[in-house]
Amino acid sequence: MIIDHPLLGPRDSAEFTYMGDARLIERPSPDAEDAAAAFYEYAYLRDNPAGLHRELWFHEAGDRSWLVVTRNTVTHEIAKVELATDVARAKGRST
Amino acid sequence: MSQKNRIAGGQIDRDTPLNFTFDGKSYEGHAGDTLASALLANGVRLMGRSFKYHRPRGPLTAGSEEPNALVQLRSGARQEPNTRATTTELFGGLTATSQNKLGSLSFDLLAVNDRFSNFLTAGFYYKTFMWPAAFWEKVYEPIIRRAAGLGSLSLEDDPDVYDKGFLHCDLLIIGAGPSGLMAALTAARSGADVILADEDFRMGGRLNSETYEIDAASGADWARKTVAELANMPNVRLLPRTTVIGAFDHGIYGAVERVSDHVATPASGKPRQILWRIYSQKTVLAAGAIERPIAFDNNDRPGIMTASALRSYANRFGVAVDKRTVIFTNNDDGHRSAADLHAKGVRVIVIDTRMDARKSPDYEVLVGAQVINTLGRLGLTFVTVRLADGSERTIECGALGMAGGWNPNVHLTCHQRGRPTWNNALAAFVPGALPVGMLVAGAANGDLSTAGALAGGAAAARKALGLRGRLPALPLAEDAPIKVTPFWYVEGASRAWLDQQNDVTVKDVKLSYQEGFKSVEHLKRYTTLGMATDQGKTSNVGGLAIMAELAGKDIPEVGTTIFRPPYTPVAIGAFGGRHRGQEFHPKRLTPSHGWAEEQGAVFVEVGNWMRAQWFPKPGETSWRESVDREVLATRGSVGVCDVTTLGKVDVQGQDAATFLNMIYCNGFAKLPVGKSRYGLMLREDGIAMDDGTAARLAEDHFVVTTTTANAVSVYRHMEFVRQCLAPDLDVQLISTTESWAQYAVAGPKARRVLEKIVDQDISNDAFPFMACANITVCGGLRARLFRISFSGELAFEIAVPTAYGDALIRRIMTAGEEFDITPYGTEALGVMRIEKGHATGNELNGTTTAANLGMGRMVSTKKDSIGAILSRRSGLNTADDLRAVGIKPINHDDTVPAGSHLMNTGAPVDAAHDQGYVTSACYSPNLGHHIALAFLKDGENRIGDTMRLVSPLTGVDVEVEICSAHFIDPEGERLRA
Amino acid sequence: MMRYSGLRVIKEALSGHKGWWPAWRNPEPAEAYDIVVVGGGGHGLATAHYLAKEFGQAKVAVIEKGWIGGGNVGRNTTIIRSNYLLDGNEPFYEMSLKLWEGLEQDLNYNAMVSQRGILNLIHSDNQRDAFIRRGNAMLLNGADADLLSIDDIKKRYPFLNTQDARFPIKAGLAQHRGGTVRHDAVAWGYARSADSRGVDIIQNCEVTGFRIENGACKGVETTRGFIGAGKVGCAVAGNSSRLMSLANIRLPIESHVLQAFVSEGLKPVLPGVITFGAGHFYCSQSDKGGLVFGGDIDGYNSYAQRGNLPVVEDVCEGAMAIFPMLGRARLLRMWGGIMDMSMDGSPIIDKTHIDGLYFNGGWCYGGFKATPASGYAFAHLLATDTPHETAKAYRFDRFETGRMIDEKGMGNQPNLH
Repeated sequence: MIIDHPLLGPRDSAEFTYMGDARLIERPSPDAEDAAAAFYEYAYLRDNPAGLHRELWFHEAGDRSWLVVTRNTVTHEIAKVELATDVARAKGRST
Repeated sequence: MSQKNRIAGGQIDRDTPLNFTFDGKSYEGHAGDTLASALLANGVRLMGRSFKYHRPRGPLTAGSEEPNALVQLRSGARQEPNTRATTTELFGGLTATSQNKLGSLSFDLLAVNDRFSNFLTAGFYYKTFMWPAAFWEKVYEPIIRRAAGLGSLSLEDDPDVYDKGFLHCDLLIIGAGPSGLMAALTAARSGADVILADEDFRMGGRLNSETYEIDAASGADWARKTVAELANMPNVRLLPRTTVIGAFDHGIYGAVERVSDHVATPASGKPRQILWRIYSQKTVLAAGAIERPIAFDNNDRPGIMTASALRSYANRFGVAVDKRTVIFTNNDDGHRSAADLHAKGVRVIVIDTRMDARKSPDYEVLVGAQVINTLGRLGLTFVTVRLADGSERTIECGALGMAGGWNPNVHLTCHQRGRPTWNNALAAFVPGALPVGMLVAGAANGDLSTAGALAGGAAAARKALGLRGRLPALPLAEDAPIKVTPFWYVEGASRAWLDQQNDVTVKDVKLSYQEGFKSVEHLKRYTTLGMATDQGKTSNVGGLAIMAELAGKDIPEVGTTIFRPPYTPVAIGAFGGRHRGQEFHPKRLTPSHGWAEEQGAVFVEVGNWMRAQWFPKPGETSWRESVDREVLATRGSVGVCDVTTLGKVDVQGQDAATFLNMIYCNGFAKLPVGKSRYGLMLREDGIAMDDGTAARLAEDHFVVTTTTANAVSVYRHMEFVRQCLAPDLDVQLISTTESWAQYAVAGPKARRVLEKIVDQDISNDAFPFMACANITVCGGLRARLFRISFSGELAFEIAVPTAYGDALIRRIMTAGEEFDITPYGTEALGVMRIEKGHATGNELNGTTTAANLGMGRMVSTKKDSIGAILSRRSGLNTADDLRAVGIKPINHDDTVPAGSHLMNTGAPVDAAHDQGYVTSACYSPNLGHHIALAFLKDGENRIGDTMRLVSPLTGVDVEVEICSAHFIDPEGERLRA
Repeated sequence: MMRYSGLRVIKEALSGHKGWWPAWRNPEPAEAYDIVVVGGGGHGLATAHYLAKEFGQAKVAVIEKGWIGGGNVGRNTTIIRSNYLLDGNEPFYEMSLKLWEGLEQDLNYNAMVSQRGILNLIHSDNQRDAFIRRGNAMLLNGADADLLSIDDIKKRYPFLNTQDARFPIKAGLAQHRGGTVRHDAVAWGYARSADSRGVDIIQNCEVTGFRIENGACKGVETTRGFIGAGKVGCAVAGNSSRLMSLANIRLPIESHVLQAFVSEGLKPVLPGVITFGAGHFYCSQSDKGGLVFGGDIDGYNSYAQRGNLPVVEDVCEGAMAIFPMLGRARLLRMWGGIMDMSMDGSPIIDKTHIDGLYFNGGWCYGGFKATPASGYAFAHLLATDTPHETAKAYRFDRFETGRMIDEKGMGNQPNLH
């Protein structure tokens, strides 16, 4: 596969390490009352769709950016590639 | 030597005779021959035996779709089983032997199977060999296995090398027949970067095998001229002898170039093959079409092949397989074969299934007739034909060409699970959904005429590259339809083969249907149709047609099987490339590796690193002797160990402490500048991930160490936290594992040694336990010093830029000379950390919690950190949890090996009574007996208990005492000294 | 059921094979069943067989969206073994191995269970420690295990690279009762047996929804209409998330592609199953002579049933590392299966929070060897509403309570298991 890195252009996916669902960005608040349940769902439950999937790839043999790749899990076609920091900020993860 | 079947013409080089042997017998062929064409020229039709019935077989085709003519090519370590004689380029000195036989090729004892074929029908083995129960494995299966397989491996290491490479292009064209060449020409003239790959050693595809004319020259000449033009264009890369094996995601194609398979041994420095990964913007598949056989009784004898193969042998190779030839056809293309053979002086009779078949003045045509049987034990001698009026006629002949219509070669269109679609006019499958970026042209797309192929190739290239403007004039060529009337098999009393290699007959397909295996997938799996080395290129459609007839459906309703990569089988060595032997993985060496070698170190693989395991001295006869000495010397005076391989991450920024507070379960916010702290990292699921130290060199600067094994994954995790969870913290990370060489200097004399090297005051007051600092050594070289101890001794870890690592170790050794400084390796390191009760990967095994490790209280409840919440789950905090403990044998001569399990004395030794397990063990030269670390249920409350330590796997069963994991200096006086 | 035997084969051969019947019927779905098993793969069909044979359940249907045996039971590397470390797993896989050992007689179908042994190569001291712990766990659970020296190993595999290995082989952990099974025959054998006991096997019938009323599952909506059910058991590993999402259930599972490979047929060279411990490669040789081999998953979520070149190369590099004599053997075919990769690498056989809806999945790439025990344990759960003794750890709530069964210790990242 080829991932079109937002900073570096198209790179072979072999340069990357995969982690999984980009919802891992949305780490729950540890202070919430239901933190235990929220962390369980966060850490363990997945939509695992057959179709478009937003997922985290780490450019390990490259610039060490975490990317959010929107990829179809049936055809492997990639629709979108974003820097994970941008996604995280958009999710309100700024301090 | 006689090439009795050699005729005039063709594209062989008659001036270059080549000698070769088959089954020990010498023959002569010519450059430009394949092994099959050369053998046929010599009158050899019998080249192999079938898989199950050991039927005598000759080539069915003249290409890579060949199921029958498989040989063992070469000998010795280069022996290659199952090599298609039909694609093996002849070279001088070639040796080949026949395979899958017991006895000789012409007298194969296993041909007895053929006599019992009625018992060995599809799936018979699922129904028998079950009684008595024990006989399957003891009697039946060994017999079956002995007969299994086709050719043999040499069992010797492959002596050749294989390379891998990467290529990029605007347009990849697969297949250099008329459509591929035209596509290449069109694309190349537009200036695009073009790669043209063809599996054959001579580009031109079918043009080399046909008598068609293009622009009033022979097709083969046009091909040669076109290839020459392309070869001179700087934007074109021609890859003959290169099979594109698979279409992978996003325009990446795999291709195997056979660099040296056409010579006896690779030239010096040359690989045997190269695996290319081709990154293409667009691809034109111009892979041609494959003629399919027709099934009739005994249609598998040597001499029976596709009509187009007979045509190839005659036109391209100058071989008439036999001067008396029959063509059995259901379409006009069969007549083309007949005409070509006739023109070569072969007596041809055409048996055409169609009632409206055209007659010819040149050869006899039996209209509405069918071949119903053949004769000839080791090769075709007669065919029996049922004529239109129902009468039978026997014809003497040595070659029979089957012209059942053409199947577009859709193989690569299926690699991303696209399904071909049925085309009624062609009675064949044509490409359906295509991989993104692929276009199909020519016969592969169902354009079976030369003119259609040329036009299709040009159009595909223009479309792929978005070329506009007027279409240049195309070369003139024939444009005749082949007018096929589907005809799949002749009903008969005997066996009519579909899959010749796996011996699947029409009867097998019918039986499979009768037993309910009606889907294509079931048919394929039950009968093994299409599962042989040719992957059913000549047999799948025939099988489908019969299933369709049985089900009373159309072929597309029955479905189709899709092809999977590779297009043709690929040497495992080609996929392996140079990654074998010592080059399997890269080797990482520390800067003082050479120095360690000088000391005679024994090295051990730690991930990709090579680390010194111990340093044997002259006279030492066992590794234990060396390791014991190193441990005693270190604890007695001073030792030095290369710890460069530990992961190091530089953490800088205003929020560095906040960041570390997040990744470590224990607190770092209040760590003063100039101090280090042990840190435990949890995964988000609350399990211990890694441990190490973080040293605060400045308010906004930490150096984090990780274990050697987890250096990469911990860094990745830290970047995840930084980029994904806390994107706006002012913190930056960089892995500096390879930037610093680091040495542990340990032992009571450690300070005395380093004082000679370090420019600053490192007295206990100035540089106490857990201190850290940016320092200089040897009068100004920048360095880092950490007063941390893995061994439990007074110890320092000193780091210098990598380039100075070798110099530093030599300087340390000189400085330590007066204290008999002893280099120690990973074994002594391990002994000392076990003596001290420090955890490593054996304890942090991915299932243990901080509590298991006896560090439960380290998980701060006052702050958020990765893993804190989930570490509090009930299942991770049960009353009788595993706890890290020490183990001592009651009898000091006993060993307490790692991997042993702990049992209560008197309790049964079984899983239900398992109490824990030993993680690390060693002989402690300081204590004079073996010791171990273990995880034990409720361990903290069982110190002093006597238990039973068992390892039934290795025959260990000893009494042990549970003790503290801190065997040496539990109060930590030494390391604070 | 028509009994299969050597005599029968001879009799039929002599009478034109006219007497063979379909191995299973092709019935229309009834209005309702006591139990509907969704998924006509190995696990679903085994479940049906044991429901009918061991638990006296008569009104059972297996519904399959395509053709039975077309999923992972038809695309795997056919290995059976019970060499597990953890107590949550080992008794289960050992039961499975025992069921394999009696399978031919149980089903009257020769699935060619071939106990030629499995050998895990050991390349470092730490690995040896871990494998000794595992071997002991196997023995303590009543399975077999044997630590082989390098000399023992060389006797079995004289062509192993022991001269020039980047990661030298130090020893090996063998389970001699491990081996291989003809995978397709497993599906067919269970199907035939279940069918003969009255189970309706309904092919080309895709579940499109669950009918859930008042928190209870009443049946399944399918492409062939509604089928009522007292209980519905789902065994569709690879597609578990897709199916269970129809009941709004999110699973601790990701779907990943695992590639596998077969070589051209070769005269026998490998005596058993062998796994490389310093790379991703394992291999056995089938009764037909093909080397059947594989390695690691591709590593990204996928339902595509196909993989990519880097893993192909990685696996073959492993092959060449230990067997440099395989260089001239040819890889014939590659394929990909969809794995239910769970969050701890272990499966789930449990009730869901919806009454009457049961789940079996999360098999990672180890589902084939589990087929008999999975079927048995799932049948037990469906029939008795209590987990089978050997499968009681395979609960949904283990992630919430922290009782993971993590053989590899990789945590909640499925592609690392």
